[in-house]
Order: sequence, then C-alpha cells, then structure tokens
Amino acid sequence: MDKLHLSRTRVFLEKLDPKGIWSRWPARILVGVLAGSFFLFLGIPLASLLLREPPGVLWSSMQQPEVIQALQLSIVTTCISTLLAVLFGLPVAYVLARLRFPGRKFLETLVTIPTVLPPVVAGVALLLTFGRMGLIGRYLNLFGITLPFTTAAVVMAQMFVSSPFFVNSARAGLEQLDTRYEQAAYTLRASPFYAFRRVVLPLIRPALLSGVGLAWARALGELGATITFAGNFPGITQTMPIAVYIAAETDIDTAVAISVVLMAVSFGVLLALRVGRDRV
Amino acid sequence: MRHPLRALPLLITLCILLVGCGSTTATPSPTATTTSQVTLNVFAAASLTESFTQIAAQYKQAHPNVTVKFNFAGSQVLEQQLANGAPADIFASADLANMQKASSAGLVGSSQVFVKNKLVVIIPVSNPGKINTLKDLANKGVKIDFAAATVPAGKYGRQVLANMANAPGYGAAYQKAVLGNIVSQEDNVKAVVTKVQLGEADAGFVYRSDVTDAVASKLTVIPIPDNFNVVAQYPIAVVKNSAHPNDAQAFIQYILSPDGQAVLVKFHFIGLNG
Repeated sequence: MDKLHLSRTRVFLEKLDPKGIWSRWPARILVGVLAGSFFLFLGIPLASLLLREPPGVLWSSMQQPEVIQALQLSIVTTCISTLLAVLFGLPVAYVLARLRFPGRKFLETLVTIPTVLPPVVAGVALLLTFGRMGLIGRYLNLFGITLPFTTAAVVMAQMFVSSPFFVNSARAGLEQLDTRYEQAAYTLRASPFYAFRRVVLPLIRPALLSGVGLAWARALGELGATITFAGNFPGITQTMPIAVYIAAETDIDTAVAISVVLMAVSFGVLLALRVGRDRV
Repeated sequence: MRHPLRALPLLITLCILLVGCGSTTATPSPTATTTSQVTLNVFAAASLTESFTQIAAQYKQAHPNVTVKFNFAGSQVLEQQLANGAPADIFASADLANMQKASSAGLVGSSQVFVKNKLVVIIPVSNPGKINTLKDLANKGVKIDFAAATVPAGKYGRQVLANMANAPGYGAAYQKAVLGNIVSQEDNVKAVVTKVQLGEADAGFVYRSDVTDAVASKLTVIPIPDNFNVVAQYPIAVVKNSAHPNDAQAFIQYILSPDGQAVLVKFHFIGLNG
C-alpha cells in the first residue's frame, strides 16, 4: 500500500477527531457487545439454576445424608486424582516440552485424545483394560484385586479424562520458558533436580496452577466414564455428578439443588486457585 | 512468529465443507413418494430398543411416507423429557407409573398396555460368581448389578426380592443378603446387561427381552418362577401436542396388530394374548 497515502489519511482523521474518540469507540463497542453477550450466555443459565429453588429448599437438600456423602466422595476422589495427575503428568509434560525424539507428536496427540473421547467410551475402554476380564485386570484378579465398582475406579476414571488438561497446560508453560534460566542454575552447580524444583517450577507456577484448576474441575464434573467403569453406589462410587444425574431422572428439584452445591464448591476452589496464581 | 489466527480461515472453511457434505446426504429426495412425508418421534423405554426398531422397519415398508425416529432411554428419563417440552408423538413406557405421571401432567392422551415382560437373572457364561440357582445370589461376595430404584426394572427387581422374602426357602435373610451384594445401581437396564456381559458383575436383574440374540451367547439366563416374578406392563399413548396424532395412532394400532405383536414375542416379550 501507498505509505504516503496512509499517512495523509491519518492526518486528516486526526484533524477531524483530535482525541481519537471516534476511532476508538467502534472497537470498544464491538468488544463490549461481544464480551457482554458471551458473559450473559454463560451467566444466565447458571443463574437460572440458582433462581429455580428457594434458599430453604437448597439448604435442606444440602443436608440430606446422600448429598453430603456424594460431596465428600467427590472432594476426596478429585483431590487424589488431581494429585496423581500432577505426579505423573509433570514428567510427561517435561519430556514432551524439552526432548526431541521421533514419535513426540504422536505422544502429544495421544495425551490429548481423552479430552475428545466421549466419556462413556473412556469408561468402556477402562473396563476392557482394568475390568475383571480386561487385558490387565485379569492378571490383577489373580492377586485378588478387582477395580470396577470401587472408589479406586472412580479415581482412575477421573484421572483418565482430566490429567490431559494438566499435562497440556504444564507443557505449554515449559515450552515458553527460556532454557537459559536452567542453564544459569547449572553453571552455579545446581543439580538437575534442584534446578527443576527451585528455578523451573516457580517460573511456570501460573501454568501449573491453571492446569491443576482445569484438571480438578474436569474431574469434579466427570460423569460418563465414572458411571461406566465404577458404577453407581452411594458412599462408594456415587459422586456428585452421578447423584445429580440419577436425581434428575425423577426429581429435577433435588437435582438442581445438588448442582448448585456442586457449582458453589467448584466456584470457590477455582477462584482460590486463580487468586493464588496471581499472587507470587 | 506466525500469527495465531492464521489457521482460522482454514478451520472455518473445513467446518463449512463438512457441514455441506453432511447436509447433502441428509436431505431426502422430494420425489420419493407422492404422499406427504411424516416423521414420528417415538419416545420408548430402553428395553424396547431392538423390537421397536424392527417394527418400525416393517412399518416403513407398508407406509413409505412415514419415518419413525426413536429416542430410547429409561422410562423415567423420557417422562422428564416430555415434561420439559421435548417434541414427541408417541410415548411407550416400561411401567404404568411413568405413564401415569405423564398422563396426570396432561402430556399424553389415553394409554393402553401393548405388551408385557418379566424379569430374569443373567450371569456371564464364564460364571465367575459360581451361581447356579437363585439361592446362590445370597452367597457372600457375589457382585450383583441392579438398575437403580428409580428405574422400572430396578423397582421390579426389588419387588421380586420382596416377594421372595415372604416365601419358604428364601425368607427375609435372603432378601437382605442379595440386596447387600449389590455393587452398583445403573441408570438404565441396558447398562446392567453390559456389565454382566463383560463379566464385571456376577449377576444382574434384567428383563427377559434384554437377552437379545446379540448378547445371548455371552449370557446364561436363570428364570425367576412366576410366583415371585413381577409382570411388567408396558403402556403406550399418543403425546398430546403431537403434530401427527392420526399417524401416531396408526403406528400404535400396528404395534397392537398380530404383525407387531409377533415381533415383540420374537424378542422374548409376552404378547397381549400370551
């Protein structure tokens, strides 16, 4: 394009609109309208859940023993599955971010697949692998270990579908980190483990925390893989989403009330993680 | 560095292409029949999946202008969907209770029972729980899969156990032991079939009609004697806000006719005259 022509246009526009109000406002309005309608799109359905039940009904449904039992089970299992996702996921993220080897792209894609797999299929896959007759489960069965219908199965189902969120977030953090920080630590004779713990981890803290938040939230909402692999039994495998799902079939009011509890708990935890991420 | 939005036009083009391909194959050719095309949405209990699919295929041959689309799920799920305004023409429930619920909410017209069913116990052919009689279900450590109490099949199963609790040779201790062996409460009866078929549960309570040809080779059936068994009655009705009430009624008549009943009996249901 003609540079001279452009600058002439700019001078003309600046004369017309010296403070740049007219050139800025259309962009601002566009952003405002798009972002505003997006928030409404997410917010109104969530608010409709809150508005459906009077607070008294919500409070009494929260005190039902089955709801408390399901909430406890959900919190315990999601914490364990998120911890396991971090424990196993961090080395995976490191390998994918730092090492160059044939098949890396393949592994990267493999790690992402559980996020697109329909959860029920994930549950069937886990049954076919770790079930009593499964590829690995049949050998575990020889030692008297059966996984389906146990709380351990709930944790496994959650980890299967949620850990990719942590791995991908941690990998992105590591890829963006300048390796010279680590090398500086090595020149000061830091051991690889020390450099990773004291230099790399603090620097990618925001990526790690947002990965933890995503993985935890996905695990908390997990339904399909859990009900397929672990089944539904109050106190052992009935997590909050399963309780909501079963309740929704006969009694939509109880289902909404449990969902509100689930929403409140996850909102609190995710908000805390977000605040923690920004405070260094 | 590449601009992050650079791939966007490609992605959008790809989406449009995919949508385009999908819609060209999905559009029915307008010259196929002379009469106007009718699509009936039938909400039917999960246990009717195989039989209704075949009945619809037969019906289509006699009435080429009528396409029957199914929504198969637990009856309690279908009732909820109807109550929340899901578009349907026919509702077929696996129990009277959910039809009654829909009827008192003014969602359906008058209903009639079109077929009956009863429960059986299924075990995997490998028989990991070493179950040979109904009594073995009370053995310690047997893993029994059940439909949840909110699902008709689960409700009937619990009624069967209650009947056995009053019977000599079984008793209340038997009922308690069997209920104590339940490892999972599925949200529909087909999930029970899946878990028993995969050998993950030792036994399950399902409808006789759930032991379809597709799974029969993987399952052993233990019948439940009639004196304990519960006969499930399946009612069917035209949905009140149906766009094609006459076509819907005609399809129901076909299900009640000897042709329709023959298909249901073939899939191990109990016909109206059986």
